[in-house]
Amino acid sequence: MHLLSVDMTIFLEKLTMIAIVVFALLGIALYTTLAERKVAGVMQDRHGPNRAGPFGLLQPLADGLKLFFKEEIIPLSSNRVLFILGPFIAMFTALITSAVIPWGSSLELFGRKVDLTIADPNIGVLYVFAVVSIGVFGIMIGGWASNNKFSLLAAIRGASQIISYELAMGLSLIALLMITGTMSLGEIVKAQMNGAWGGFLGWNVFVQPLGFLIFLVCVFAECNRTPFDLPEAESELNMGYHQEYSSLKLGFFLFSEYINMIVSSAVMATLFFGGYDIPFVNETHLGETLGNNLVAILGVLMLLAKIVFFLFLFMWVRWTIPRFRYDQLMELGWKKLIPLALFNMLITGIVILLFDK
Amino acid sequence: MPACGGDLKRYMMQPLTNRAKVLDLKPLNFMERLYLPNIMNGMWITLRHIFKKKATIQYPEEKRPFSPVFRGLHVLNRDEEGRERCTACGLCAVACPAEAITMEAAERMKGEEHLYREEKYAARYEINMLRCIFCGLCEEACPKDAIYLSETFAPANFTRKGFIYGKPDLLIPDPKNEPGDFSLAKGQIEDRKEKVRKDVTA
Amino acid sequence: MSTTEILFWFLSALAILSALMMVTSRNPVHSVLWLILVFFAISGHYILMNAQFLAIVNMIVYAGAIMVLFLFVIMLMNMNADTEPQKNKWMKMAGAVASGSLMLVLVAALRDTELRSKGLEGAEGSIGLISQLGKVLFTDYVVAFELSSVLFLSAMVGAVLIGKKN
Repeated sequence: MHLLSVDMTIFLEKLTMIAIVVFALLGIALYTTLAERKVAGVMQDRHGPNRAGPFGLLQPLADGLKLFFKEEIIPLSSNRVLFILGPFIAMFTALITSAVIPWGSSLELFGRKVDLTIADPNIGVLYVFAVVSIGVFGIMIGGWASNNKFSLLAAIRGASQIISYELAMGLSLIALLMITGTMSLGEIVKAQMNGAWGGFLGWNVFVQPLGFLIFLVCVFAECNRTPFDLPEAESELNMGYHQEYSSLKLGFFLFSEYINMIVSSAVMATLFFGGYDIPFVNETHLGETLGNNLVAILGVLMLLAKIVFFLFLFMWVRWTIPRFRYDQLMELGWKKLIPLALFNMLITGIVILLFDK
Repeated sequence: MPACGGDLKRYMMQPLTNRAKVLDLKPLNFMERLYLPNIMNGMWITLRHIFKKKATIQYPEEKRPFSPVFRGLHVLNRDEEGRERCTACGLCAVACPAEAITMEAAERMKGEEHLYREEKYAARYEINMLRCIFCGLCEEACPKDAIYLSETFAPANFTRKGFIYGKPDLLIPDPKNEPGDFSLAKGQIEDRKEKVRKDVTA
Repeated sequence: MSTTEILFWFLSALAILSALMMVTSRNPVHSVLWLILVFFAISGHYILMNAQFLAIVNMIVYAGAIMVLFLFVIMLMNMNADTEPQKNKWMKMAGAVASGSLMLVLVAALRDTELRSKGLEGAEGSIGLISQLGKVLFTDYVVAFELSSVLFLSAMVGAVLIGKKN
């Protein structure tokens, strides 16, 4: 099984992992749209969609089909190639962020040890940042190529927002990286599993509460979610950068937002909430009684539970907090979060210098 | 409030209630500028709303009860033997403020006694439901107890023509052929009469 | 040919092709996008050299941040193929001479380096990994590193000064 000096079994293994992760992401994103509407409903004393299938479970399929069968409109005065490229980039970057997330420890299948990670490079955290900064182009190109004032304004808003908040996000993470001493997401999770109470007290959120808060706010801004959803502010910009889009290309944009949400929830869970660590349980002890495979699967489910919690947080905040004004957004990013992150870095540095010899 | 007060006071509206709240425009203190406690407050409110009773009425399964004085679509009444009560006197059409009622009278022929109660009857009786304002003056004007407003409203239609209701649409079911439907419609009418009577006496 | 070689040739071809397309496209927005592709190809080369940190920083800083600013400017100035100003013959000549001499200098500099004899460190090299790079930056090149940070600081202060209302 060797081709071009590459072990083809590893190749196949990774390919299966990629396929599973991508389809799982798409599936979860599909149902996140339903969850979003349901959560919106119950928070406003309504029921939310409940007609298509039991509890409205078929609603996402109906929505998807509707989008699929809509007429594909490409405005005459738009830049055709870039107009199509925009949603493609948005979707692509949203999906490839998931490559470095450790979904679980490892399974033993057919006498092989299969890591439940697509890749665990030693620059995992930076990779996430790189992909996010590339993701801006999807919005910018899509907005510009539509040849519409509102789209262009929205695109520029979105891009400047994402660039601004990426700074604070990076600075808040530097403090975390000073403690962990590695940029590999897999290593960060493993380090957190060694804490007391079965790893619970080792979670980075207890070491870096301020860092987590800054990171959380920045993630909301990066995902263009309320209260930072200025790029798609309906009341000011009609629909934002996807105003001229229709059919599946619009679907791609909307979907990429949800996939971004899921992936950033996974990143938050991994960096600050112990990833696939099951709290109050010592995994190695449990592995001896239950078998390692079962514990690994439980870990994956635990990570999924954490992701679901963060997704709920995303929606909860969306239906509670109103939108920021643009100058308020920039002020929060540049004048509040960045100094706060620098301060957090300073404190972390001092503590490490004094107590961690 | 005297009109000669300060510039601002001149333009201020008189307070209509005593619930007006004076806005506090002091600069925010540190805790307020943090926003986090307020955000937590707001999120607590939305969280509580998840468990509250839903205001939705699931329409086709659940229906909202009409008010006792609700006036809906018209019904042309029959007597116990199934004869139309309307004698085409035209009082309802005269009473109608929206001029929604049109009728054409005809003389009862021999052998039609089981169809019409009086010697004169309405050969054509049309109500334009787009004009009608459902005021109920027709039912008050009728000397023969022939027209009533029921508790249903006009369903949607594709054309304007569909809203001009003729006799087949308005007539109550025949008590001889469809006694069940008749008593149902009749019951509604009696209920309404009862309610209105109570309303008037009260 | 090994996988690394195939990737090397593919990335090189991609880089050169995108660079040419960048220069020849009429539409400035297209030029920027081709330039981003060039950066991606170069990042790929870094990864082949096992310099993952450089690769990713190249992507974040150049492809991510700087190119977005470029796009900003181009989009806001509404520059596209129709509004491209016609430059006169002499300007074109001067540009050709200037860039030609720059290329000459670069080629001459490349001929003199030891790189040719030494060859590239492939996937075995570890100089591009974060820990090694950090150590080198903060020991051997610490003066240059700090000087460049001072340079950035002065640029930042200048920008703030320009942006400040009187």
